[in-house]
Amino acid sequence: MDFFKIIDQLSEVDADVLGRFNSRRAVFGSLGTAAKRSALAATPLFLGALFQKAYAGTAATGVEVLQYALALELFEQDFYAKVKASSPYANASAADKAAIDQIKKHEDSHVTLLRGAISGLGATPVTGVTFKAAVFAGLTTFKTGAAATSQLGIAQLLEDTGVRAYKGRAGELLGTDLLTVALQIHSVEARHAAKIRDMRGQRAWVNPADDLAAHPVYTSGVTTGSTPAAFGLVVPPYTAPSPVENNTTQSNVDIKAGLGATYTASDAAAAFDEYLQVAEVLDNSRAGGLIGA
Amino acid sequence: MSDHTFLPAWREQSLGRRVFLRVSAASAASVALIAAGCSTTTVTPTPADPYQLALPTGDPGLLYFAYMMALAQTTLYQKVMDAPPTDLTAAERAVFVDLRDHKVVHQQTIRYLIDPTGINQLLPTDFAFSLSKFTLTTRAGVLAAAQQLADLAAAAYPVLLTLFTTSSIPQRTLLLKMSSVQARHAAAVRDLLTPGSFANSDVVDSAGQLLTKTPTEVIAALAPYFAPYVISVAGLAVPV
Repeated sequence: MDFFKIIDQLSEVDADVLGRFNSRRAVFGSLGTAAKRSALAATPLFLGALFQKAYAGTAATGVEVLQYALALELFEQDFYAKVKASSPYANASAADKAAIDQIKKHEDSHVTLLRGAISGLGATPVTGVTFKAAVFAGLTTFKTGAAATSQLGIAQLLEDTGVRAYKGRAGELLGTDLLTVALQIHSVEARHAAKIRDMRGQRAWVNPADDLAAHPVYTSGVTTGSTPAAFGLVVPPYTAPSPVENNTTQSNVDIKAGLGATYTASDAAAAFDEYLQVAEVLDNSRAGGLIGA
Repeated sequence: MSDHTFLPAWREQSLGRRVFLRVSAASAASVALIAAGCSTTTVTPTPADPYQLALPTGDPGLLYFAYMMALAQTTLYQKVMDAPPTDLTAAERAVFVDLRDHKVVHQQTIRYLIDPTGINQLLPTDFAFSLSKFTLTTRAGVLAAAQQLADLAAAAYPVLLTLFTTSSIPQRTLLLKMSSVQARHAAAVRDLLTPGSFANSDVVDSAGQLLTKTPTEVIAALAPYFAPYVISVAGLAVPV
């Protein structure tokens, strides 16, 4: 991906494209070296943020990110509400129930927090994001059996998706107080993911030996039926596939061999959690396929 | 493009800015001397303090800060690997292997961001994270030490990530990718020590947000373990 080629192409349909950035000089000043252009090209995360800033009011961007976060939190909240009302949960151990209760309580708090922030910024919080009842009915066990039909198997996928999703839009909040809030929630989601994984007998960190390692939640790309504009969300354009979780190259550096020593692919991959863009999160192969009535 | 060119800002900096700033009272005194117009008769040079370390200003200082947090953890985890308490189970030792390996990767990645050449000495050769204040002969002691350091680093990231001012994207992106792994470490260690405490109210507030710590708070918490070195964060961005 050549950043300046994109600019050129945009300028054919939008003569004012450079004017949309702070100024031509600012763009060249911040992106002017070949090295930085290349680094950007490898990072659709922040490239998306740049365009978002250019094509939307920066004040609106914060709300848009919060609405997306709220949609995902509502989705998780509804999932855990369904879990708590189910018989597999009723039959779970006291310790496991307590963990789910703690996580549900945090999701409730996140919903309250985000709703308040969105209202405070003068927007109407998104509503009605639920976990598909028909899919939930197929989750017949609490944590045993096939991951695809166990409540905690799905919980792991949701939590790990949440961690990736917050990363995917953190760049849009740069320079605002909202970034700290988003990162605080992001960090708590990672703790939830670690706990759910532990309850399932998996390592707390995403690694190639996970029983769910091959699930699309841990890969990337848009396959089918992605609905990034659902619920009235305003989202940055999807660029190229995000890095997969088994990725062992960061910023063009081979983590396995490029840091002065040799590390295994497993360690190189597990040491970094990767981001996902909105279109990927809401793809039918991931959360998109689980959201609905 | 080679792997080493993605951070041109670093290459353009002089060696003096890239390596750790070592501030001594003697150099401070000599600056005062010049400022005072060389009134040599009135200035009494104070003894040099070779153990005063000032983090570089701005973003480089933030990277050094992150490097020190990683150094603390890798030092602990390696010690646990070298001399595991007898009551630390095989499964728990396997967890510590992962903790160590991830943090070594983090430390070396941060080191790379500071100095892509890999040849500069970042810290004084005798600078170390002392483990003498921890009880590392028991499972409980090892887990308590690990929880303290992992929670501390996890609490630092949400603040740290907002303080970078550079337009250099890899720094922020890579630290963001490390931050959630750090949170996973903290949760896992907490649950080994105290089952169910992965996100207790001492680390997550009533709004469901992680309780954070500024670099100043983190360095203060680590200070006893970096002695005799004293680290100053005065040069970092505000607020810290």
